[in-house]
Amino acid sequence: MSEAPAIAVRGLTKRFGPRTVVDHVDLTVQPGRICGFLGPNGSGKTTTLRMICGLLIPDAGEGEVLGLDLKTQRRAIKQQIGYMTQKFGLFGDLTIAENLEFIARVYGLDRKRARVDAALEQLGLASRADQLAGKLSGGWKQRLALAAAVLHEPKILLLDEPTAGVDPQARREFWDQIHGLARDGMTVLVSTHYMDEAERCHEIAYIAYGVMLARGTTAEVIAASGLHALQGEGGGADRLAAEIEARPGVAMAAPFGTTLHVCGPDPAALREAVKPWAGQVRFTESAPTLEDVFIHLMRDAPDHSVLERA
Amino acid sequence: MWERIGAMVFKELRQMARDPGMIVMMLMFPIIQLLIFGFAINSDPRHLPMAVESNDNSAFSRAILSSLCNTGYFDLIELADQPVEGDRLIAEGRAQFVLTVPSDFSRALVRGEHPQLLLTVDATDPASTGPAVAAVNEAVSQALARELHGPLAARQPGPPPVSLVLHRSYNPEGVTSHNTVPGLLAIILSMTMVALTAMSVTREVEQGTMENLLATPLRPIEVMVGKIVPYFGMGLVQVLVVLAAARIVFQVPFEGSFVLLLAVTLLFTLVSLALGFTLSTLVESQVMSMQASMLYLLPSILLSGFAFPYRGMPLLVQWLAEILPPTHYIRLVRGIMLKGWDARLAAPEAGVLLVMLLVLGTVAVRRYRDTIA
Repeated sequence: MSEAPAIAVRGLTKRFGPRTVVDHVDLTVQPGRICGFLGPNGSGKTTTLRMICGLLIPDAGEGEVLGLDLKTQRRAIKQQIGYMTQKFGLFGDLTIAENLEFIARVYGLDRKRARVDAALEQLGLASRADQLAGKLSGGWKQRLALAAAVLHEPKILLLDEPTAGVDPQARREFWDQIHGLARDGMTVLVSTHYMDEAERCHEIAYIAYGVMLARGTTAEVIAASGLHALQGEGGGADRLAAEIEARPGVAMAAPFGTTLHVCGPDPAALREAVKPWAGQVRFTESAPTLEDVFIHLMRDAPDHSVLERA
Repeated sequence: MWERIGAMVFKELRQMARDPGMIVMMLMFPIIQLLIFGFAINSDPRHLPMAVESNDNSAFSRAILSSLCNTGYFDLIELADQPVEGDRLIAEGRAQFVLTVPSDFSRALVRGEHPQLLLTVDATDPASTGPAVAAVNEAVSQALARELHGPLAARQPGPPPVSLVLHRSYNPEGVTSHNTVPGLLAIILSMTMVALTAMSVTREVEQGTMENLLATPLRPIEVMVGKIVPYFGMGLVQVLVVLAAARIVFQVPFEGSFVLLLAVTLLFTLVSLALGFTLSTLVESQVMSMQASMLYLLPSILLSGFAFPYRGMPLLVQWLAEILPPTHYIRLVRGIMLKGWDARLAAPEAGVLLVMLLVLGTVAVRRYRDTIA
């Protein structure tokens, strides 16, 4: 890791009135890596992304994006960053081709025609270039937005919940594309709610209520959580969730189909907790999932936004 | 920079072209307004219905009647011979005027007894009866001047001690449209420039496209200019439509310099655009920006001197009108078109607009940043 990081921010803080939405977030992403940005709704993911791409000025903290200062060189950063907003940010009353042409002009790209044509070809939209963007389905809108965000070949790509409301196949294709871009050296920071997507990232960062709670690869984050899990099968295990969760030593119990997933910080205490049902349900060792870790982290995290308003 | 502005302008034009409502707004709006204010509204109404309750059918009363009708203000709708008939006609609203001639009118006139004529007026709407009432005295004395001849010439009133010479400058015939059509420029430009720019900016914010625009290298000033240029062009088309109609349809005189008019129009357009932009930074949705524009447009129409006389308003309201840009622009347009103002005469009002432009322009640029929230 001798290369300079693509994104390096320290102590990033943003307040809206009395609420601290992002509280001293540090984040470093190496070039060519895909970093998944996770956290519950309203946890400050979008605000952090906006600060990194220069749409918001941090109240405190500093950082460099591609070696450029986050506070003083926002314009130079914007030129080299691609940002795909959570909401479809292109113009619904322009055609697909017109949207791409507009982006090409705004970035002052050379060979506009060729780039737009290539993007259309790659999207598989060449035949529908004259269709209004607003008439596209969710999945196609998302593809178009991605094509527009990378049209100027940015070094960094910021994606804000890019796959919300998109079907599994389109999601799969979307992630294949992201990995392709990363292979070519693009650094990707992507916020998401989906655990399967988090697992597709090289590394993840978990933020809740403005505070960074976990950071690393999936395996590192799970290991660092210190959680242990059991899986219960048979005997109506799935109906015992509430009862078991109330036992000491159990952090969470959640039904998955007919099975029950139980986890807690201490393996011995966990075994002890499920003992009363040992006769009817067969409990076996299981690996804690990323979801376990995140829900556990989220429950333990103080909600700054609520605390400070109170 | 120019390429980015060009991209914005091109995008705006494409979006406009795809929005049929926008084209309707651009062309139909001035035309509808012209029809309403140019043709429909007349502050000098004529052919008002008049009933006559004549109890003295004489040459004098007939002469007075025909003289009244000749003014053009009155149309005789009924000759009533029962006393209560006139009151009923006025109450029902069928007649706006009832002229009552007393039974011994001609005898008293001949005897020099200064008989009275009663004109009952439905004065619910003072504006609609004012000019007609003002014409009555003159019509009556003209009729009598013709009738009182021969031995009755002695009954002719002597010449008044002072003869007043009335010179109606700039609009001698008092044609309403000569006053309203130039004023329409201010109203139409206000609607287009303020309401449409405010909506066009809030639409980007509301639809989430502004976030995308600002994440690109586009600078706020470039977004602003890119949005202004098409609306500016639209305003120019509207100005030309109104001026052409003023000339061809309404024959409004154009005494002053066309270049000067264009210059102050440019100034007013910029003030309105700056106002629209400032407005858009204060509201959160298109609905709100529409409401805010209406809040601006209503006083602009009612208080600026466009629809009602400026000097008829209480002093406090006059001050309020002074801070509305259309008030000053309307004075400029009327001054240049009807009164032939030159640059020197136009300077004070234009100066006020210039100050407004500086203030609003600064506010708009300062409030409109390249960050969101």
